[in-house]
Amino acid sequence: MIDKIALIWPEIILFATTCVVMVIGLSPSAGVRRQTALATGIGLVVALGFAAFSPMGEGAMPGMMGYIKALICVVGLMLLMLASGTVDRGYEASLASGKGHRFDPLRSSRGEFYAFFLFSLTGAMLCASANDLIWLFLALELTSLPTYVMVTMSTRGTRSQEAGVKYFFLGALGAAIFLYGFALLYGGTGSTVLFGSDGAPGIAEILGAQVASGAGINPIAMTGLILAIIGVAFKIAAVPMHFYTADVYEGAASSVSAFLAFVPKLAGIVTIILLVSLVGWGFGADPVTGDGGGLPPELRTMLWVMAALTMTVGNTLAVLQKSAKRMLAYSSIAHSGYMLVGIIAGPGGNTVENPLVSNGLAAVLFYLAVYGVTNVGVFGVLASLEAPGPDGQRREIESVDDLRGLCRSHPLLGWSMVVCGLSLLGLPPLLGFFGKLPLFTSAISAGEITLVVVLGLNSAIAAFYYLRLIGAPMLEERPEWIETPRRTPLPMRAVATVLSAGGVVTLAVFGNQLLAASESAGTYQAIDRSMFTGQNAEAPAIESPTPAIGRGGLESGAVKGVVEPVAAMPAG
Amino acid sequence: MSWVPLILIVLAPLFFAAVVIVRPSEHARTIATVGALAQFILTLPILTNFKWDAGETVQGVGSLPWLPMLGLEISVGVDAVALMLIALTTLLGPICVIASYSAITEKVKTYYAWLLILQAAMVGVFMARDLVLFYICFEFTLIPMYVLISVFGSTNRKAASTRFFLYTFTGSIIALAGLVYVVWFNAYGLASDVVQGAGTWTFDIGVLTQSAAYMSGTEQGWVLLALLAGFAVKVPLFPVHTWLPLAHTEAPTAGSVILAAVLLKLGTYGIYRFALPFAPAAVIEYAPIIATLSVIGIVYAGLICWVQTDIKKLVAYSSVSHLGFCVLGLVAANAVGLSGSVLYMINHGLSTGALFLLIGMIYERYHTRSLREMGGLAKKMPVWATFMVFFTMASVGLPGLNGFVSEILCLMGAFQADSAWAAGGLAPGATYGNVGPWIAAVAGTGMIVAAIYLLFMVGRICFGPLIEPAGHDHHDDDDAHASKLPTDLNGREIGVLLPLAALCLLFGLYPQPLLTGLESSVNQQAALVQAGAERVFAAESVLTLDDARAPVEWVAETEAAR
Repeated sequence: MIDKIALIWPEIILFATTCVVMVIGLSPSAGVRRQTALATGIGLVVALGFAAFSPMGEGAMPGMMGYIKALICVVGLMLLMLASGTVDRGYEASLASGKGHRFDPLRSSRGEFYAFFLFSLTGAMLCASANDLIWLFLALELTSLPTYVMVTMSTRGTRSQEAGVKYFFLGALGAAIFLYGFALLYGGTGSTVLFGSDGAPGIAEILGAQVASGAGINPIAMTGLILAIIGVAFKIAAVPMHFYTADVYEGAASSVSAFLAFVPKLAGIVTIILLVSLVGWGFGADPVTGDGGGLPPELRTMLWVMAALTMTVGNTLAVLQKSAKRMLAYSSIAHSGYMLVGIIAGPGGNTVENPLVSNGLAAVLFYLAVYGVTNVGVFGVLASLEAPGPDGQRREIESVDDLRGLCRSHPLLGWSMVVCGLSLLGLPPLLGFFGKLPLFTSAISAGEITLVVVLGLNSAIAAFYYLRLIGAPMLEERPEWIETPRRTPLPMRAVATVLSAGGVVTLAVFGNQLLAASESAGTYQAIDRSMFTGQNAEAPAIESPTPAIGRGGLESGAVKGVVEPVAAMPAG
Repeated sequence: MSWVPLILIVLAPLFFAAVVIVRPSEHARTIATVGALAQFILTLPILTNFKWDAGETVQGVGSLPWLPMLGLEISVGVDAVALMLIALTTLLGPICVIASYSAITEKVKTYYAWLLILQAAMVGVFMARDLVLFYICFEFTLIPMYVLISVFGSTNRKAASTRFFLYTFTGSIIALAGLVYVVWFNAYGLASDVVQGAGTWTFDIGVLTQSAAYMSGTEQGWVLLALLAGFAVKVPLFPVHTWLPLAHTEAPTAGSVILAAVLLKLGTYGIYRFALPFAPAAVIEYAPIIATLSVIGIVYAGLICWVQTDIKKLVAYSSVSHLGFCVLGLVAANAVGLSGSVLYMINHGLSTGALFLLIGMIYERYHTRSLREMGGLAKKMPVWATFMVFFTMASVGLPGLNGFVSEILCLMGAFQADSAWAAGGLAPGATYGNVGPWIAAVAGTGMIVAAIYLLFMVGRICFGPLIEPAGHDHHDDDDAHASKLPTDLNGREIGVLLPLAALCLLFGLYPQPLLTGLESSVNQQAALVQAGAERVFAAESVLTLDDARAPVEWVAETEAAR
């Protein structure tokens, strides 16, 4: 218990901040309430400090936990800047203008908004610390439930309410599916612990023993695993659970859309990595060298189809959109597909000095950071500008037409859009290219050439709509009939946007530390391979405390490390 | 030779691009001229310091670490081929800038800044010694060109620029997969004692060039296919040439010049630098297919030119036709073909670049590109017509002008690249090659077609009864639109054409310095390709390529024999 608490200090900090924010948010004074965002920011900074010095986690990927938490804090801070003024702005403006009005605490919802914001981040962090199915389920729900409310309260229009309801119902469906999957996984293995330790076997070890006994993975457990992944696909907006994405992103305020595109996606990707690592990437590996293994065929096929469809559907539908927000929503689907490619590629064999290039998991973790940073920029541009809508009310811009001529009217925001858009497209030398490069190399290392070609063709499809997204601000003139959008009087949003664009450029040059961090975060320590291949005749009974189980699996992970590259050459 | 001057010719235009942006727009063209000239002048010491006859072919090597976690380096260096193409690029830089003085009057800052950035990216492509750096520069050239076409092009510019971007972007991503596969092979697929640098994750082009040839025939075939997806689109080879006529026609004059003279060469340079050494056996095995596509391109595009009435489109299609010869020389994979091909890259850049300049000058005066509306201009513009005839002849391949030498060499290379090796090994002194006299003969008819359409064009536009576009005279009187250009060429225009004309004449009459300069680089490349092909063909006694990779002992044996 104490051990576990040592792992979740960042979450504890965030939870404490949440309580503080809720209390401040109930204050009868408007001035005190305004401090909620500041308190949230302070909480995130403190949590970042704890995350940076986070100890190694449990399970097969001990380094992932600290990296994910630090990433959540950093991108969380940018999202927080972006979220400034999302709620209460209209009310506070009317307060400021009409002198006679008194502050009505009932009409302000700042406290709730920032508390939910923090709750969701806490949930995403808890996903990374999870080593138990129940914990994982609760963490995923803690990530999602606040976002339903955030979507609904993000604007005063009916579209947000519709989006919130839609998001909630489909989210509940997704949760039901993965909960069902979790139940089957428990049924097939008899444990809810993911990675066991010190003699108490977890699901990973039990599945390994099932394979070692020659019976193969229990079909119930495999069904459970697949269902769980399909359910979690809702969080990352992957096919077949992507239907809500465009409507919800469009209905929510841009700042909340940016949040949706990153936080639940991150939680979902982390969960899928955890679930897939239960069976590992060493299935059917050569018993002597440990080479040539992969995911179990059912799982690989499922993820393969999911990745290919997610990329293709996302990109193809994005081409058809007129609204920049919907376009970005579909592009966010496509990016989930790219990340799935890295998960399929797996950790790879660490046989040369640059394991990052062959480690798909590290590539995914790096890509998450890349996407997180860039994503703030594109949504930030939309959030920082407002134009009159059909009803004459000023609201955040949405369509690509509104972006026309932006580089002339608002150079900083316009160029931020260009830089971030090109980075999402993966055009070198921007950060997005260096995010895609390890995905490419790791998938090729894993022999997934077809998937790489699909990924490449999808990047080409993506060029269609990203060119429109960057062409509108950079190349086109604003026609007479489109009114020049006005900057929202919320400087923090523009600051977040410019920070994001700056990050996209500077990290492309000085991103080596981030790459190194994602490499150590993506280090995968396989549990004993001999259990998978059944070669070890006196395979340790599950009860026996073998050093090769769980955290002690380093030795077996190193099996591949000692193999000379010459092994890849035929023996002649 | 130090690598500092190489870095300088990348940084100089970028610096001046920044100056263009911050200074007021009336200074833009002056600053851009200075920037482009600076780049050109900085190239001159490199040309003189380069040891043309050195055995060490890659010179001025230097590198800086960049994202070492990914194995990337900013690593530069040039051999004779790269250096000549750099010289061509930097020579055309100031010419394009000066030629745009009168054509570009709006958004001049955008125009000249992107033009200078494009110059930097293009020389970056040629000097990169790191695969990813090459790819970055290669891809980045798309953005400036996209902007130049889509902002400064003519009526259909949006569609043209988008198609240009999408075609080349799609192709080059697939090429990236092929290149990464080679990197992966070098790191994981090859014993570290076979080639120095193997067994490590590196993007170093020198190392990869050595080790890639150890791939099996099948792997080479796929890598070649992937690389061609990227480079053939850029060249462009039939049937992926369809972006080019549109892009060329819609681009502003300087854009067309750079597109024809340099950007297309990125494709052939990519084939020369990567496809040949990375997949030598596959290049030779599949040479008949590639050569047939080139020949189709040569003849088919030539026939299209014949019926064109849009003069710019005509010259654009003639590029497709001409570049076919270039690819033919490359897939011949012998020293003659390669040197002809490299020479062709330079010569085509000079003559076609000049033709686009000439067409641009006409367009500025008459605002039409239609051959139906213009004719007999020699009477009115004798100087222009003289240049037109001269560069047309250079483009046709008239002996004595530059086009001839390279065209003949390409055809000779293809002719010699005979499949004589097919029957029981190679005759002494012969080289592997799979093109042969038949294909060369058909390609030769392309020269005739070229003569027909180019002479047809020049006859129509320069000679015969004078035809001018309707309303042209009124146009001249209309003060709001009257260009300040005289009837015939002014001094500035003659000034940009003269250097090109001089070089065309020089390289036509006395190509020997160029050929000698290229000799050691090209010979080394040809030897590398031949050795790589030998390795696969000798190991697989049957000529069909199959999965068998060269056995380890055999590889060790060959290494010992060296």
